[in-house]
Amino acid sequence: MNMFADILGKLNLNAIQHGPIIAGAQISMVLGGIFVIGLMFYLKRWKWLWNEWLTSLDPKKIGVMYIIFSVLMLIRGLTDAAMMRAQQAISVGSSHGFLTSDHYQQIFTSHGTIMIFFVAMGFMFGILNLVVPLQIGSRDVAFPFLNSTGFWLFVSGVVLINLSLVLGGFSATGWLAYPPLSEIVYSPGVGVDFWIWSLQIAGIGSLLSGINFMVTILKMRCRGMTLMKMPIFIWSVLGSMALVLFAFPILTATLTLLFLDRSLGMHFFTSGTGGNPMMYVNLIWAWGHPEVYILILPAFGVFSEVVATFSRKRLFGYVSMVWAIGIITLLSFIVWLHHFFTMGAGANVNTFFGLMTMIIAIPTGVKVFNWLFTMYRGRIHFNTPMFWFLGFITTFTVGGMAGVLMAVPPADFQLHNSLFLVAHFHTMIIGGVLFGYFAALNYWFPKIFGFKLNERLGRYSFWCWVIGFLLAFVPLYILGLMGATRRLDHYDASMGWQQLFIVAAIGVTIILCGVGFLILQIIVSIMQRKDNQDKTGDPWNGRTLEWSTTSPAPIYNFAVMPEVHSRDPFWEMKKTKQGLENEPHYEDISIPKNTPIGIFIAGFSFIFGFSMIWHITWLAIIGLLGVIVCIIIRISNDDTEYLLTAAEVEKIETAAQERYA
Amino acid sequence: MINQVSNQSRNDIAENHSDSKTILGFWIYLMTDCVLFASLFATFSVLRNNTFGGPNGSQIFNLPYVLIETLILLTSSFTCGLAIIATYTKSTIKVLYWFGVTFLLGLIFLIMEITEFTKLFHDGNSWHRSGFLSSYFTLVGTHGLHITIGLIWIAVMMVLITRKGLRSTVIRKLLLLSMFWHFLDIIWIFIFTIVYLKGVV
Repeated sequence: MNMFADILGKLNLNAIQHGPIIAGAQISMVLGGIFVIGLMFYLKRWKWLWNEWLTSLDPKKIGVMYIIFSVLMLIRGLTDAAMMRAQQAISVGSSHGFLTSDHYQQIFTSHGTIMIFFVAMGFMFGILNLVVPLQIGSRDVAFPFLNSTGFWLFVSGVVLINLSLVLGGFSATGWLAYPPLSEIVYSPGVGVDFWIWSLQIAGIGSLLSGINFMVTILKMRCRGMTLMKMPIFIWSVLGSMALVLFAFPILTATLTLLFLDRSLGMHFFTSGTGGNPMMYVNLIWAWGHPEVYILILPAFGVFSEVVATFSRKRLFGYVSMVWAIGIITLLSFIVWLHHFFTMGAGANVNTFFGLMTMIIAIPTGVKVFNWLFTMYRGRIHFNTPMFWFLGFITTFTVGGMAGVLMAVPPADFQLHNSLFLVAHFHTMIIGGVLFGYFAALNYWFPKIFGFKLNERLGRYSFWCWVIGFLLAFVPLYILGLMGATRRLDHYDASMGWQQLFIVAAIGVTIILCGVGFLILQIIVSIMQRKDNQDKTGDPWNGRTLEWSTTSPAPIYNFAVMPEVHSRDPFWEMKKTKQGLENEPHYEDISIPKNTPIGIFIAGFSFIFGFSMIWHITWLAIIGLLGVIVCIIIRISNDDTEYLLTAAEVEKIETAAQERYA
Repeated sequence: MINQVSNQSRNDIAENHSDSKTILGFWIYLMTDCVLFASLFATFSVLRNNTFGGPNGSQIFNLPYVLIETLILLTSSFTCGLAIIATYTKSTIKVLYWFGVTFLLGLIFLIMEITEFTKLFHDGNSWHRSGFLSSYFTLVGTHGLHITIGLIWIAVMMVLITRKGLRSTVIRKLLLLSMFWHFLDIIWIFIFTIVYLKGVV
């Protein structure tokens, strides 16, 4: 036994998780894996998968892979949500539902963690990869290899967090793992360590991607695109990436400190021996609040593009939009304390943070009015992205006002930790972030794949989401005001909450239908791709550069580098008929070669994280050395690009023209 | 002929452009690292008086020893600068020589730091002792970890120089390395001031 402890650390056979629900999850994971592997063998597509996708440095392909993983994780996160709501609908009085308290706690922890880190972040970086280079008229991102590494680190975080279903169990401390509960004394298992390392690895991936997109936007814009001619989506990404760069190092530090507490017996956040648990809460929210804006800013950007395109009008108030993004970016760093007014920092401190929080409503309000004025007297086309926009602007405004309400510290003392708060941030994240990303998916899908998504199924999905969302979360606002706290797995019948919880559970069911329609929409659209082909490269009568190239966009994005003279450059080109040459002059284009080193780095990081969780020292050393060796191999290699000759470019372009004809 | 010249200059422009991208990217990375250290400095400042009956800074820090460490690290930054100047003359030997000196000085610094840590540990003043000592070991140790990475990087670059010579891609990486090394110097100045000097006063 001792020998095993030396070799395998804390890992042993008892670590394998049991129980009917967990078994179900394990079986579905294994079956899903076998299905994919079997399909690959059946279709003999391993080589294709490896060469065309996994090792690719093309941001468009990396973007698609990001989104596939995010949608898979969305399903996992929603399953967690459905289990929670089902438990709350039936676990009243003498009935205790179907989940134990500990399991319930693991479920709400993994729901929050997965939805923020592995759904929202992944989806966001997916969209950025698809759109940013195209929209700034660039052939690539600044650091393609860094981009690929960032993506694979994200994947290794995904694998690690799902592994906890099989081995060891997950954290049961809430999605931000507040100490002292998350300290080793109160959470002796490996759950919190799984939480720490999956976030740590994915977080470093996000940081690398943040550096990549920051430099891409600052250095790779096409000729003539000055900062004030950038599309608003690019501005919003710039703001969001600035936040990534300032916020994620704080997360890295905080997670490390918590891990040092747990593994080496340090005293940063312990309740005794000189530790300070409230310091953790401050640090984690100094990352956590900007994180909210990291997610929502690109969604604002998407809506700015969508509303202008489908209103056939220039975006109202471009300059005020830019200022609003800038101000939101700055303010988001000085409001973190509103997440814990009840800490008791004193009236003055609370007043400052309350006021700053309320002030954020002003630039956000500016944006809302700009969108409304863009629609005013526009020629509105009700395509699916526009539906998502309209759904967003109603729910988001309601949720935003709930936020301003909670920014008043005395009110917050009542609402803190209640379901009112839960309802508020879900309104922002579903109604704001997720709707924005769905709009983006529908809007830019034809540019990447060359055919449009089915409109009817898109609308079905939209209506299910909106109705399901309202049914699921309006009851939570009411329940919150009635005194129901978050993270309840049981309550007394005399509370009179059960009917509202049942309504919420019905709402979640309808949301699940919405996801079903979304997946069906993609499947049906792929099957009917011949019918909804995008033959012009410009399916929506767009305004920005990405619509000026062919669909699906070729690997080099633009055969001839565009030059812009105004905002909405493609709209100008269409109006003045200038810049759309009939006989373009092609040139040689250098393209980064595929490389699997990003995958290897992520693989070794996974091994490192895994062995840190289980305290397997020798394996951790192997993981670390592996990462170092991979980096050395990469930096010793100067031969990282190949040349696509002008003749080959011409061949690809002619083929695209013939496809359209 | 004219065409060739213009092609040549275009390649130069492209090369410079890719240089400036890499350097900007690395600057941004350094700024994120700065935020990481800022978090650790903030943590240290919060916990510095939480000694929980254990020693405080003035009881355990040996200022002359740390001053020697500091001077060694500052000198290594100077020799690193000399190595970069040597790249202008394309003298491989000189570049290798100065990076070799930088490596040695960095290594001495690291050994001195580890010796200091070991002594504290054996005196019963390890990170288990108090919140103050936890944050001290973590902040200074994170800097030491960066120095270790820097040493590995210097070693790798010295091998690359001998194998590939001073071609432009190698010089670009040397520039990044020197930025990293100077950055660690600046962080150390803050550690020296905030942790050691303020701790003893």
